[in-house]
Amino acid sequence: MASERKIAAPAPNPETEAFWDGAKSGKLLLKKCAACGAVHYYPRAICPFCFSDRTQWQEATGEGTIYSYSVMRRVPIPYAIAYVTLAEGISMMTNIVDCDLDRVRIGQKVKLVWKPSEGGPPVPMFTPIS
Amino acid sequence: MSIKGKAYVVGVYEHPTRKADDKSLAQLHAESAKGAIEDAGLSKSDIDAYFLAGEPPGLNSLSMADYMGLKLRHVDSTDTGGSSYILHVGHAAEAIAAGKCRIALITLAGRPRSEGMATGTTARAATSAPESQFEAPFGPATANMYAMCAMRHMYEYGTTSEQLAWIKVAASHHAQHNKNAMLREVVTVEDVLNSPLIADPLHRLDCCVISDGGGAIIVAAPEIARTLKRPRVAVIGHGEAPKGQMGGHVDLTYSGAVWSGPAAFAEAGVKPADIKYASIYDSFTITVLMQIEDLGFCEKGEGGKFVADGNLISGQGRLPFNTDGGGLCNNHPSNRGGLTKVIEAVRQLRGEAHPAVQVKNCNLALAHGTGGSLGTRHGAATLIMERE
Repeated sequence: MASERKIAAPAPNPETEAFWDGAKSGKLLLKKCAACGAVHYYPRAICPFCFSDRTQWQEATGEGTIYSYSVMRRVPIPYAIAYVTLAEGISMMTNIVDCDLDRVRIGQKVKLVWKPSEGGPPVPMFTPIS
Repeated sequence: MSIKGKAYVVGVYEHPTRKADDKSLAQLHAESAKGAIEDAGLSKSDIDAYFLAGEPPGLNSLSMADYMGLKLRHVDSTDTGGSSYILHVGHAAEAIAAGKCRIALITLAGRPRSEGMATGTTARAATSAPESQFEAPFGPATANMYAMCAMRHMYEYGTTSEQLAWIKVAASHHAQHNKNAMLREVVTVEDVLNSPLIADPLHRLDCCVISDGGGAIIVAAPEIARTLKRPRVAVIGHGEAPKGQMGGHVDLTYSGAVWSGPAAFAEAGVKPADIKYASIYDSFTITVLMQIEDLGFCEKGEGGKFVADGNLISGQGRLPFNTDGGGLCNNHPSNRGGLTKVIEAVRQLRGEAHPAVQVKNCNLALAHGTGGSLGTRHGAATLIMERE
């Protein structure tokens, strides 16, 4: 199972602390710009589209679609890396977990699950909606 | 200001080693530099500019310049991964055109094979880069990032593993004539498909080799080139462009070549159809296919059909590519293939490629590279050169 792979702990910094605090309470937080209205990922203090500093956290619905993926085979524990496009329109790098890796497909609907990291906050992964 | 015709590639050298247990990294750089200087018919004291990218800490352009005893008035350590060296030729031409230097040296060297690096399958360690904490936990390696591009390309355009395999087949046809190539055996589409999956949908033979080695290039002002006894290869066009995840609007179907290519063609005043030979970065088969589309050699989405049936094989196909065997078969020193792309293009323009793969009347060649990771952030660099 992909979840047996050891997940290196992410290292929050002042700009991203809120994201990882959200993760600890099961909330996937995105940054939305109050000036141009666009959601971006990964989260930044300054909007990468209009360069406004008026970016605000908002919680994602946690639903998305697999944009692309690949199952890494030549490692001790195979795993599926993916970009998932969220309902909010942005795509994020993640893993597809808790499923048969041979049946992962582009276009599959997926939902958010949190997986523990080694000594750090949980990280956002996705599993197919059956 | 244009660089067209304002600089010439006057010297190239590809280090013959593929496993350098008995040499240091600095030594490989210097041996490569020595080879290129001798190829040009110059001496070390003629060098007044040095370009170097991507070496381990402590081995940047300053320490290597000091090691080789260079007296410089221009240095450039721009690092865009494996594409750096193609970009460096463009930057060297700019510096020469601006009068900042007259004879520039570019070197590359690496020992990933001796050091036992599992280059393609090892997940990238976390770094202080801003994206790292949002990527490293998920195991991005090299192979699975390019594999995601291939997977999406297949989904959107119907590209097949058989079509990707043709790229490796073509490279192997060329490598059989290169005595230094790591993989000289001619392979078939079936061989590629029967090799183990590394990261779906890429098989082992879709991936480039891991080799030690190095190389060097000398770029010089026109008045220098005219005094040398080598065929003259002019730099006539250059373009560069980074591409990333665009704030989360990830699109894996195209590369930065869609910007660097047109810039280089416009500067050179030529079209893709004019190109007689192309060195196309081949970290993986999918890299080649996407770049060929993005450079305008065929329509977007038609790359699979374009590369199939030997269309990249010299003497058979429309676009002879990587006639040294490329990264897929020959070498990939330091896990960076941009410099060797320039070298083989220069050999073709000089008429010094192996006779079995030499393109007839090769007066116009292109070298293009992708550096970093096609699946996240990469640098694209395009170079167009002409034999006078």
